[in-house]
Amino acid sequence: MHLGSTFTVSLRALRRNAMRSVLTALGIIIGVAAVIAMVSIGNGAKSMVESQIAALGENVLLIFSGSLTQGGARTGAFGAGTLTVEDADAISHQLTNIIAVSPEVRTGAQVLANGLNWSTQVLGEGADYLGIRQWPLAEGNMFTDSDVRSVGKVCIIGQTIVNQLYPDSSPIGQTLRIRNQPFKVVGVLSAKGLSVQGQDQDDLVIVPYTSAMKRVTKQTMLRSINAQAASADGIATAQNDIVELLRQRHRTTEQTDDFTVRNQEEIAIAATATSKTMTLLLGAIAGVSLIVGGIGIMNIMLVSVTERTREIGIRLAVGAHGSEIQLQFLTEAVVLSAFGGMLGILLGIGTSELLSRVNHWPTLVSPVVVVSAFLGSAGVGVISGFYPARKASLLDPIDALRYE
Amino acid sequence: MPAVVQLEDIHKTYDSGEVQVHAVRGVSLTLNSGDFMAIMGASGSGKSTLMNTLGCLDRPTRGRYLLDGVDVSGLDRNELADLRNEKLGFVFQGFNLLSRTTALENVELPMLYGRQRASGRDLQTRAEHCLQIVGLADRADHFPSQLSGGQQQRVAIARALVNNPQVLLADEPTGNLDSKTAVEVMGVFQKLNDQGITIVMVTHELDIARFCKRNLIMRDGRVVSDITVADRLFADAELQRLRDAEAAAKLTD
Ligand SMILES: Nc1ncnc2c1ncn2[C@@H]1O[C@H](COP(=O)(O)OP(=O)(O)O)[C@@H](O)[C@H]1O
Ligand SMILES: [Mg+2]
Repeated sequence: MHLGSTFTVSLRALRRNAMRSVLTALGIIIGVAAVIAMVSIGNGAKSMVESQIAALGENVLLIFSGSLTQGGARTGAFGAGTLTVEDADAISHQLTNIIAVSPEVRTGAQVLANGLNWSTQVLGEGADYLGIRQWPLAEGNMFTDSDVRSVGKVCIIGQTIVNQLYPDSSPIGQTLRIRNQPFKVVGVLSAKGLSVQGQDQDDLVIVPYTSAMKRVTKQTMLRSINAQAASADGIATAQNDIVELLRQRHRTTEQTDDFTVRNQEEIAIAATATSKTMTLLLGAIAGVSLIVGGIGIMNIMLVSVTERTREIGIRLAVGAHGSEIQLQFLTEAVVLSAFGGMLGILLGIGTSELLSRVNHWPTLVSPVVVVSAFLGSAGVGVISGFYPARKASLLDPIDALRYE
Repeated sequence: MPAVVQLEDIHKTYDSGEVQVHAVRGVSLTLNSGDFMAIMGASGSGKSTLMNTLGCLDRPTRGRYLLDGVDVSGLDRNELADLRNEKLGFVFQGFNLLSRTTALENVELPMLYGRQRASGRDLQTRAEHCLQIVGLADRADHFPSQLSGGQQQRVAIARALVNNPQVLLADEPTGNLDSKTAVEVMGVFQKLNDQGITIVMVTHELDIARFCKRNLIMRDGRVVSDITVADRLFADAELQRLRDAEAAAKLTD
């Protein structure tokens, strides 16, 4: 018998038990849908994290106050406030492979404009900050080095501030009161949207760090320093140079460091590791349901072989080879699971869509997952169909015909 | 006339653990093209065992079997299957149709396992033709559950015919049918035999055996008599007689 007939025979057999076929395939449908939906959620989260890491800027190094690795008397990151403006200047002037530096302070503050008020984050940064972060302005200009030197009362604001405080007209040139001190708005940042953690990244005001320290936070220490290496290859060297320089300046050793330097890649690895683990875990759980679906198919195929012993006997009597019987049952199992796989793919994509619409979860249906889920389900069909099919093919025609 | 089937000293012993059952004990037999033979005998006399051997469903323990000149004993499982497909047609007591499968698809079944490729259209034409031969052209789309016993057996006969077999083998084909339906089925066999098909059937009903040309009687695995039927019955005449009798019964009511 050629393949076309085998296919016809298998389809006929499945059609004869349409209800059972659908129920059998249901295990695979749910398994595949679960795999696709889960992996899509995981991938969505991962790509979100990745785009956020990319949004950190290019070749960025972050220097935090406090040690993340120090044992014993542990001071949390940002806790100690050990970095100074002089540290930032030293990095900027002494290290040739660092092309830009922005000292950072930040605080929560109440801001006012047009009789409206809003509670937001105020960041004190250097003039190079947006360059380091690769964050373009939507309108206006970034404040300049001379604004920084002169402790200028200028600021740039995020989209959320625009929406909250300047609903009617362009904020450029208008006044924003930060803790009751007037700052002139010189630029508006382009919108970034929500972070993976659901934070509004556009809800901020950036002022020169000098102004922030003198006029807003009244602090003398920096929270962190953003630095930009000259090239991607130079990041590791630059990181070492910074560590060495700061150890000299702070008179610390590896054991007593009161600062932490992280490069973008390390941050990216740490951040994506979680979402990778999540994707893997979700995928694994969903994969288990695919296996359960496969066991369901094997079970039904075994029942089916027993139930259809007489049918097998008839087929053998009229000239079927054992291999043809085997192929028929194998094809039935594969058709069932592939059919289930296809419906599962649709259901999985639908579920992902629904989750991202209703729950605003980022989901990403990758073609690789869809294709491998389909191949996986077909593979499950082959594996779970093999034993029952083999059993059927080995039946003796007379015994099979006599089977009650 | 050429011999279609030649059995030489066939033995079949079932070896089921402790007991050995010697079901067939030395049967020699020649069937010529156009033969129409009934095998008769008491239950357990070895009729079915002999039929299974003739049908290449089972191998004899001893002896030689030539089907259409080919020695069957040397063939493997698949070669036997091909032989069954091309040269033999089977009709069973219990009909053995695939349930929830139309009459037409049931008849197509042996063609699906044919070694040469046939188009779907060709399959259907041949199956329809065979259904027409057994008088069921209008029931092609019916499921077995929608057909009477006699009709189901005729579908089974159509299935047995579809690959133009040399020999049609039927083990108690009328065993599950009432007497009138049985005669109808015998009528189909007689018609096919007239067209040249060799038929071997098992029956334990004497009057059914009289529709055949030759009666073979078995006892304890041996052939005890092999006679040509002298006063042969013809289905057409018998059916007419039955109809007349029915009509008469109604008249006298
Ligand atoms: N598969 C088998 N295993 C063991 N003994 C069998 C088997 N088939 C038939 N027999 C025995 O062989 C003998 C002949 O059986 P069978 O050919 O079916 O007789 P019949 O068809 O004439 O009633 C019986 O005694 C039966 O019990
Ligand atoms: Mg019998």
